[in-house]
Amino acid sequence: MLTEATGQPLDRVDGRLKVMGGARYTAEWDLPGLAYGALATSAIAHGKVRTLDIKAAQQAPGVLAVLTYLNAPRLQPMPEKVGGTLFRGEGGITETLQPLQDATIAYAGQPLAVVVADTHEHARYAASLVRITYDEAKPELDRATASRQTLPEAFTGSKEEPLQVTVGDPRSALAAASVKLERVYESAITHHNPIEQLATIARWEKRNGADYLTVYDTTRGVDTLQEVISASLNLPKDNVHIICPFIGGAFGSKGWLYAPALLTAMAARVVGRPVKIELRRQDMFSTAGQRGATRQTLSLGATRDGKLTSLQHDTQAQTSMVSGYTEPCARVSRMMYAVPNLGFAHHLSHLNLPSPCPMRGPGETVGGWALECAIDELATELNIDPVELRLRNYADKNPETGKPFSSKHLRECYARGQELIGWAARNPKPRSMREGNSLIGYGVATTMYPAARREASARATIFADGHALVQSATHELGNGAYTIFRQISADALTLPVNNVRFELGDSALPKAPTTGGSATTATVGPAATAASEAVLSALKQLAARDAKSPLFGASEEAIEARDGRLVRKANAAQGETYAAILKRAKLPSISAEGTAKPGDEREQFSFYSFGAVFAKVRVDEASGSIRVAQLCAVYDVGRLMNPQTARSQFIGGMSMGLGATLMEATHYDARNGRAVVRNLADYHVPSMADTPDILVEALNIPDPHISALGARGIGEIGCVGTPAAITNAVFHATGQRLRSLPLTPDKLLKALAS
Amino acid sequence: MHPFQYQRAESGDQAVAVVAKNPDAAFIAGGTSQVDLLKEGVHQPSLLVDVAGLPLRQITDFEGGVRIGANATNTEAAYYPAIQARYPAVSEALLAGASVQIRNMATMAGNPLQRTRCPYFRDLDQPCNKRTPGSGCAAIGGYNHVHALFGASAACVATHPSDLAVALSALDARVQTTGPRGSRTIAFPDLHRLPGTTPHLDTVLEHGELITSIDLPAFAGRSHYLKVRERASYAYALASCAVALEMDGAKIKRARIALGGVAHKPWRATPAEALLAGQQPTEKLFQAAAAAAFADAKPLEHNAYKIPMGRNLLVRALLETSGLQPLQGPAGTAFAASVGGMAGQVATPN
Ligand SMILES: Cc1cc2nc3c(=O)[nH]c(=O)nc-3n(C[C@H](O)[C@H](O)[C@H](O)COP(=O)(O)OP(=O)(O)OC[C@H]3O[C@@H](n4cnc5c(N)ncnc54)[C@H](O)[C@@H]3O)c2cc1C
Ligand code: SF4
Repeated sequence: MLTEATGQPLDRVDGRLKVMGGARYTAEWDLPGLAYGALATSAIAHGKVRTLDIKAAQQAPGVLAVLTYLNAPRLQPMPEKVGGTLFRGEGGITETLQPLQDATIAYAGQPLAVVVADTHEHARYAASLVRITYDEAKPELDRATASRQTLPEAFTGSKEEPLQVTVGDPRSALAAASVKLERVYESAITHHNPIEQLATIARWEKRNGADYLTVYDTTRGVDTLQEVISASLNLPKDNVHIICPFIGGAFGSKGWLYAPALLTAMAARVVGRPVKIELRRQDMFSTAGQRGATRQTLSLGATRDGKLTSLQHDTQAQTSMVSGYTEPCARVSRMMYAVPNLGFAHHLSHLNLPSPCPMRGPGETVGGWALECAIDELATELNIDPVELRLRNYADKNPETGKPFSSKHLRECYARGQELIGWAARNPKPRSMREGNSLIGYGVATTMYPAARREASARATIFADGHALVQSATHELGNGAYTIFRQISADALTLPVNNVRFELGDSALPKAPTTGGSATTATVGPAATAASEAVLSALKQLAARDAKSPLFGASEEAIEARDGRLVRKANAAQGETYAAILKRAKLPSISAEGTAKPGDEREQFSFYSFGAVFAKVRVDEASGSIRVAQLCAVYDVGRLMNPQTARSQFIGGMSMGLGATLMEATHYDARNGRAVVRNLADYHVPSMADTPDILVEALNIPDPHISALGARGIGEIGCVGTPAAITNAVFHATGQRLRSLPLTPDKLLKALAS
Repeated sequence: MHPFQYQRAESGDQAVAVVAKNPDAAFIAGGTSQVDLLKEGVHQPSLLVDVAGLPLRQITDFEGGVRIGANATNTEAAYYPAIQARYPAVSEALLAGASVQIRNMATMAGNPLQRTRCPYFRDLDQPCNKRTPGSGCAAIGGYNHVHALFGASAACVATHPSDLAVALSALDARVQTTGPRGSRTIAFPDLHRLPGTTPHLDTVLEHGELITSIDLPAFAGRSHYLKVRERASYAYALASCAVALEMDGAKIKRARIALGGVAHKPWRATPAEALLAGQQPTEKLFQAAAAAAFADAKPLEHNAYKIPMGRNLLVRALLETSGLQPLQGPAGTAFAASVGGMAGQVATPN
């Protein structure tokens, strides 16, 4: 028998292509006749375009067209919902502004014109010649005083994600609690900043007399983008084809904001040539989404011996004027601890800033940070070890819904994590540990991630040469999708992993959802299995009908696949290879589709991954510099499909969490709403020198309920938890509670001075 | 990017002549700063004269010191044995700056001539007197986290971002130039200007004046550079400090101190220098010197943190230079210069 490929640390199957430059990213497709687009964007954050002078741009060398709201093709409104996800309205996920439809300006950096030229350089230069004057209005930039403030009902319209909830009576319970703690935590705007900037290439053709649009885009939602574009441009869905075989990182961007893709399609329509628009890094700070800033109030009531009696988590979130996106900050608070009185609220202010969207651990990264810092503060207040306090409030069932967890082994995570970091050897007293110029501190935080699963389809094809191809419209973001779905498919087909290929990133393939919410493995893995089983079933029927086959006359149930052969279950010697069956039938290949979706287990159980994160920090008080000396985490994420790609996801997520904690922040000018930080020299993401060796372990215990694969998602859990572990370690080192992300030197110096 | 002509310089004199007669012409060397600003549209020259190929790349012993050709790369200068051994502050400042890739391209003349990192300078939709004289200063009243404590004006509060320049100022390096009016020598502390009413002028160089070398004068003391930044590597200084100490037995004969990240130019802390001369080094003395150095600091809305940071940094630089405290890494390396050190690695004394 072949050993199972799933669970093996297989090297990334696209790794060689990527390092050799053979993986083709969106901006690299070279289409005959390609023209280039460049954006002219709004200098102001609020108001209207008064005049648009495009003469100089039109006359510049190489210019083919200049699109503005005055002459651009008309678009239909953004759909209300796509694939069940709420797009429009409070709590909706996307920016609803359709580009170049009118003169209104909602934020600085909003595209106001597209210049198309024969070269990239001509387009950029001509874009700089577009002269715009404005009727300027005072931008609203302050959450507290914003004139449009709402209480959104549900995140993305999902009934599982209410944003205003009360269980029991948290207010009275807090009033009655013997220990009370109320703290305010604030987090800065951050940007995903994937290394690959947003890019689109659009090409129009006539096919059978009808308009047909091909779009190469840096999207992690080929099917969603297909729907948005077909609805916006009023085209039949089948006449829009989206292609994206590789994505250079997304982290939450590249899924839910469509202006660049729509602008490219419009520009290509106008000039009658394929057009490419690649955003500049500066544009990524206005048109690519962001994590909005938050202000969160945590109110905890507890008994003296550390039993939580009340937990209230209220968030002031912010969004743009043209989106209802609400950072769902209570995602951790609503499920983590056994607390009888639990409440959370989300207050949304609309500002003249660019639209936010999900960013790795939406809600969890900054919301979990606030919760886990508050728990640490409570531990100090009660003089209880922070791990012990968490164990005293360990939840065996979901405190909001009362459902049992599908699989939870968090106790093991705490225990193993303490061993890895050397928790017991530390001096628990704050400000008690030193090395040279530095104070030393240790911190812990619990982490989690909702284990979502959605519906997806795949197609499996077995070829007469014994190789196989499995396809689904999912995406490779650097997450390892090509690799693990090949492994899963190979096992389902009982073929060696090198005989199986997996294809993705194309809306013509069987449907899969937008890659996000750490749901891809749990969603597409079962679909790949279902498709593989479906094609094997077709092959079994073919063999059983064939008088020359040793399987002739056998019922499908009496046949099984083994090592690339179909054999009789009763006698494995009676059988033949897939190739033999196909060759005799004179078939080059055989294909079948399969669909997999979650069932009523979702009603019975609460599905989450868990983990414990530990950090050791060094703090140089004189300069306010904080370095993470060590990071350890132990995760309970179900069964690992590939420990090597999993480790990359974990340490990548933790590094991103480290960045959000220590350095990442985008500042907007408080007077005019323009991004002040707009390049990667000023927006700091962690360098290697900021990133210690990260020790990660996964329990690797299959989840018996999520799917036959037993795998929950792992894309985001690393980012969650890390911020609180580091912040709590800074407290242990310095005795200072810093409650504003990121923990830059100025903030520590200020805290020390007061 | 605006269209421009590009030509390679044939000789220093030819380059000077071509640029001097065209007010829209500019030099380019490594291009790491110039190309960035071209792409942002901040610089819009009509002609670029590339001086990188001129034979100005040698580093040689010179009058007991070292002469560094204008085109020597930051990497070559940082690892030049005589510089690393006798002027460690220079190597430390270079190696704590930018990234390996940038240092391999960046030249020794280009580095001190890089322009401010004031974010408004790079955004054409914001007012900025340095970029567009008379348009106003967005940083005053805006986000001024990285701006100046000293020597600023009502027209501009920008800081100079070069690490190298801070070390060169403390060491009283000399800049050799050849220009439309012949050759001259400029004392490094006089190279950069304060903003005053002409913030668009960073230096005293005339249009078309070419730097040919930077000379480090003979020096028998110790020097050291310290830098604080928001990430452990590949970030500009929030505050930095270069110290050059000459001892007379147990006493300080002469101390020179330049502060980085706090002014439109490397800021010589003359009151502190005066206070140290002739004194026995002690921590108390150094604290007094640091207090004197920052006594006249004028913070803006978002940069007051630089005062305690800068004071603490100067005390530490003096302690480490005088040997009262160990360096945080081998002299002449980024490890000695980087306050806070690298993640994961526990700071080890020299
Ligand atoms: C992402 C990034 C991070 C960086 N981080 C740091 C840092 O932490 N610390 C730091 O100090 N620096 C940093 N730098 C700046 C870097 O050091 C400078 O860009 C570089 O030193 C400039 O040298 P160059 O040869 O490339 O100059 P160029 O870009 O070619 O030119 C710069 C200027 O010097 C002029 N010039 C060049 N040669 C001469 C000459 N011989 N005579 C007269 N004028 C001349 C040019 O006309 C131009 O105005 C960073 C740069 C980048 C892009
Ligand atoms: S501080 Fe100087 S560089 Fe910055 S905006 Fe003001 S004038 Fe421009």
